[in-house]
Amino acid sequence: MAALLSVDRVSKRFGGLAALEDVSLSVMAGEIYGLIGPNGAGKTTLFNCMTGLYTVSSGAIRLLGQPVQNSKPHRIVELGFARTFQNIRLFSNMTALENVMVGRHIRTRTGVVGAVLRGPFSCAEEQASRQRARELLGFVGLAGKGQALAGHLSYGAQRRLEIARALATEPKLLALDEPVAGMNPSERREMGDLFRKLRDAGITLLLIEHDVKLVMGLCDRVAVLDYGRKIAEGTPEVVQRDAAVIEAYLGGEPA
Amino acid sequence: MDIFVQQLINGLVLGSIYALVALGYTMVYGILELINFAHGEVTMIGAMVALAVIGALLGANPDLPGLLVVVAGVLVAVPACMVLGFVIEKVAYRPLRKAPRLAPLITAIGVSIVLQNAAMLIWGRGYVSFPAILPRGRHEILGATVTDLQIAIVALSVLVMVGLVLLVERTRLGRAMRATAQSREVAELMGVNVDTVISATFVIGSALAAIAGVMVSAYYGLAHYYMGFLLGLKAFSAAVLGGIGNIMGAVVGGMLLGIIEALGAGYIGDLTGGFLGSNYQDVFAFLVLILVLVFRPSGLLGERVANRA
Amino acid sequence: MTALVARLRRNPLLAYGLLAVLLLLLPFLVGAGLGRGWVRVLDFVLLYSMLALGLNIVVGYAGLLDLGYIAFYALGAYLFAWLSSPHFGIHLPFWLVLPTGAALAGLFGVLLGAPTLRLRGDYLAIVTLGFGEIIRIFMNNLDAPINVTNGPQGINLIDPIRIAGLSLGQTTQLAGITFSPPHLYYYFFLAMTLATVFVALRLQDSRIGRAWAAIREDEVAAAAMGINTRNIKLLAFAMGAMFGGLAGGLFAAFQGFISPESFNLMESIMILCMIVLGGMGNVPGVLLGAFLLTVLPEALRYVGDWQRAVLGNVVVDPNDLRMLLFGLAMVMMMLYRPAGLIPSRQRRREFDADDGVAEQEQASLYDAGA
Repeated sequence: MAALLSVDRVSKRFGGLAALEDVSLSVMAGEIYGLIGPNGAGKTTLFNCMTGLYTVSSGAIRLLGQPVQNSKPHRIVELGFARTFQNIRLFSNMTALENVMVGRHIRTRTGVVGAVLRGPFSCAEEQASRQRARELLGFVGLAGKGQALAGHLSYGAQRRLEIARALATEPKLLALDEPVAGMNPSERREMGDLFRKLRDAGITLLLIEHDVKLVMGLCDRVAVLDYGRKIAEGTPEVVQRDAAVIEAYLGGEPA
Repeated sequence: MDIFVQQLINGLVLGSIYALVALGYTMVYGILELINFAHGEVTMIGAMVALAVIGALLGANPDLPGLLVVVAGVLVAVPACMVLGFVIEKVAYRPLRKAPRLAPLITAIGVSIVLQNAAMLIWGRGYVSFPAILPRGRHEILGATVTDLQIAIVALSVLVMVGLVLLVERTRLGRAMRATAQSREVAELMGVNVDTVISATFVIGSALAAIAGVMVSAYYGLAHYYMGFLLGLKAFSAAVLGGIGNIMGAVVGGMLLGIIEALGAGYIGDLTGGFLGSNYQDVFAFLVLILVLVFRPSGLLGERVANRA
Repeated sequence: MTALVARLRRNPLLAYGLLAVLLLLLPFLVGAGLGRGWVRVLDFVLLYSMLALGLNIVVGYAGLLDLGYIAFYALGAYLFAWLSSPHFGIHLPFWLVLPTGAALAGLFGVLLGAPTLRLRGDYLAIVTLGFGEIIRIFMNNLDAPINVTNGPQGINLIDPIRIAGLSLGQTTQLAGITFSPPHLYYYFFLAMTLATVFVALRLQDSRIGRAWAAIREDEVAAAAMGINTRNIKLLAFAMGAMFGGLAGGLFAAFQGFISPESFNLMESIMILCMIVLGGMGNVPGVLLGAFLLTVLPEALRYVGDWQRAVLGNVVVDPNDLRMLLFGLAMVMMMLYRPAGLIPSRQRRREFDADDGVAEQEQASLYDAGA
C-alpha cells in the first residue's frame, strides 16, 4: 500500500539549533498514526513542516506522492491534509458555524462577482457550505452550537470545533496536535471515540500526543521523537518494549 | 568626477542625519515591534524648540557667540524631546500594548498629526529660518567643497552613535534593552522592569531625534512644521534598508540612503536623458524601501528579523 | 414619536420607503434650510462615503492598514482628466472612463500589494504611505519635458458627466423644478454610493468576506485552513483601490478641475479617520464617519465667525484646528472607544478581547529565514 504521507530525511534548523534531524516516517491510508515524544522533541516542529508553516532545511515531504516540502499551507490543505493547533487557534470572534464555513473556502469557488450578484450558483454553493458546516458540527458533537461565538465555547467544545473546521476542508489526512491536552479522563474517552469515528469515515489520522495511554490504545502505529530524531517506530506493543524509548521517554521504566 | 565626490560628501552628511533618526525607529521596533510614526514629528519639534531658544537668545543679545547659542538651543531641545517621547509612549502606546496591531498604529498617526498641527499653530505655516550664526569655513577636498557645518554634523553624529553603542553594549540599561528586545516575557521574568526599559528606549530615541532635528534645520537653514513627515519616512526607509531592529543596520542604512539619494539626485538627469530632474530626489527613499522589502525584507544587516517581517 | 419608531421597526418596508423619500428630498431640504453651499457638502459626503467604504474593505474587512489610499483616488481622477478634457483633447464618455479608472487603480493596487502583502501589516502601512507620496511627487513634476499632469497647476475644464444628453454640469429644468449641478450630481452620487453600499454588504457576508475576517483574526490559522492568504489580501487591496479609482473619476468630473493638492497624505488619513471614528468593518458606522468628518469641518468654519464676533478677531484659524482635532480624535477613539461609534459586532469583540496572543503569533507565519 502506498504511503499517504511520507517524510524523507527531513531536517529543520533554527539558526544553529537543530530542531529536527533526518526524520523519516510514512503514514498509510486508513491508519491512526501516533507521534509521541517528550516536550521539545520536535513534534510540533515536524507538524509545522508538514503543513507548510515552516520550510524544511533539507529532506522531502510527499503527500500522495507529490512533493510538498516547500508548498504553501493552502496548497497542502487543497491536496487533502488538514490540521488543528496545539494552542487552539479558532477565529474566536466569529460564530462556530462561520468558523467551519471558513474551512469550506478551499472547496468552494464563489468569487467577488458571485458574492455581489448572488446568482444561482453562488446561492447554491453558500447554502451547501452552510449545510455541510451544520452537519460537521453535528458530527463532532456540537449540534445546535452553530450561532455561539467560537471564543465563548468551552475548552472541550473549542477542540471539537477546530476538528470540525479542519474536516470542512475535506481532508484525507487529518493531523491533530495534542487534541486531548488538558481534558479529564471521560472527555478523553469521548475524544477517542470521535477519532475512531473519523477513521471509520475513511480519514487517516496523525496524532501528536502526550498521553501515552491514549496513543497506545488508539494508534495502529507509533513513532517516537527525541531531541529531533526518530528513535523508534512500529506498533504500540513493539514501541512500548523498545529499549531506546524506555530510556528516553518512559524514564527507564516499562510502561 | 568632482560632482561625484561632492555628492558623496553631501550624501554622507545627509546620511548621518538619517542614521540618527533611523536609530529611534529601529530601537523602538526592536523592542515593541511598533513603527513609531510620530518619531519624525519629534525630530521636527526638536528643531522648532531649538530655533525658538536660539531666536530668544539672539533677541536678548545679538552679540552672543553663535556656537554657544546653538549649543544652548540643543541643550533645551534634547530634554524637551525626551519628555515628549516619554509622554507619547505613556499616553498613546502603553495602554494599547495588548490591543490589536492596528490600534497603536492608528494612535501613532494621530499623535503625529497632533504634533504637526500643534507646531503649525505655535510656529506658523511658514518656514522658520535658522539664523546664520554658525562658523562658515569652507575647505577643498578632491575638488569638492566641505563646510565646517558638514564636518560638525558628521563628527557629532559619529560621536552620538558611538555613545549609543556603548550604552547598549556596556551598561545595565543596555543589557536590559537587549534582553527585552529578545523576549519581553523572559526579560520580565528575569526581573527586568520592562516598562522602564521601553520608556528609556523612547526617551533615548527622542534625544537622538532632537539632535538630528537641529542638524537638519542648521544644514538647510530652515525648519517647517511639515519637515518631520518626509524626514521620518526616509529615516524609516533607512532603518529597513539596514535591517530594522538592528542598531548598526540603522547607521549603515542611513548613510547608504543619504549617499543613494545624493548621487541619485546628481545623476538622475543624465540617467533619464533629462526626462526626470533632481526634483525627484525624494522618490529614491521610497524606491529603496520597496526594493529592499521585495528582495531582502530582513535588510542588509538583518538576521532573524526576517521572520518577524 | 416612539409609536412611529415602533411602527418602523415592525415594518421595514415603510422605513426604507421613508428613507428613500428623505434621501431624494434631502438636497432641497438642505438647500432651503442651510443654503445652497451645503448641497455641495452633501455631494462630498457621498464621495467620501464611497472612498471610506472602499478603504473599509482593506482596513475594516481584511485588517490591512493602507495609508496611501488617496493615491488610488488620484489615479482615478487623473485618468478621468486625461481621457475627458481638453488637456489631451480626448473626450471619452464617462461610462467608459470611470471603469477604466477603477481598473487602473485596481491594477496599481495589485502591483503595490504583491511585494508587500507577504510582509507584516505595518510594512504595508509604510509602503503605501510612500507610494502615496511618490504618486504626488510625479503629479507635481510630470509637466516637463512632456506635459502629462500639468504640474501643480493641475488640469482644468474636465468634462462633466453626461447621461443621455443631460449634462450634470448645467442647471436644468425638469418637470418645472430647477436642478443645479450640485443637485444633479447628488442624485448620481447617491446612486453610486448605494451601489457601493450594496457591494460592500454583499462582500462582507460571503465566502470572500469570511476569508477576509479569518485572516484578520488569525492569519496562521486562516492559511492552515486552506486560505491563500496572499491572494485574498491582494483581492481586498485591489477591491479597495478600485473603489478609490472610481470615486476619483467622479471627483474629477464633479469639480471640473484637479490638482495634486487635493491628493495629499492628510486626505488619506482623513478617510482612515472616518472608518476609525464610525466603526471599522461596519458599513453604517463607516457612512456615519464619512458624514461626520465631511460635515464637521464645514461646521467648524462657523467657529471663525464666532471668534470674530466674540473676540473681535480670528485667534485660531478653524482650518488649522481641523486637523489637530482629527488627530486628537484618532488617539482618543483608539484609547476609549476603539471599535468606533457604531461598531460591527465582530470588531467590538476583537477590541474587547484582552488577549494579544494571536496577534503576537502572527509574526511567525512563515519563517522566511530558513
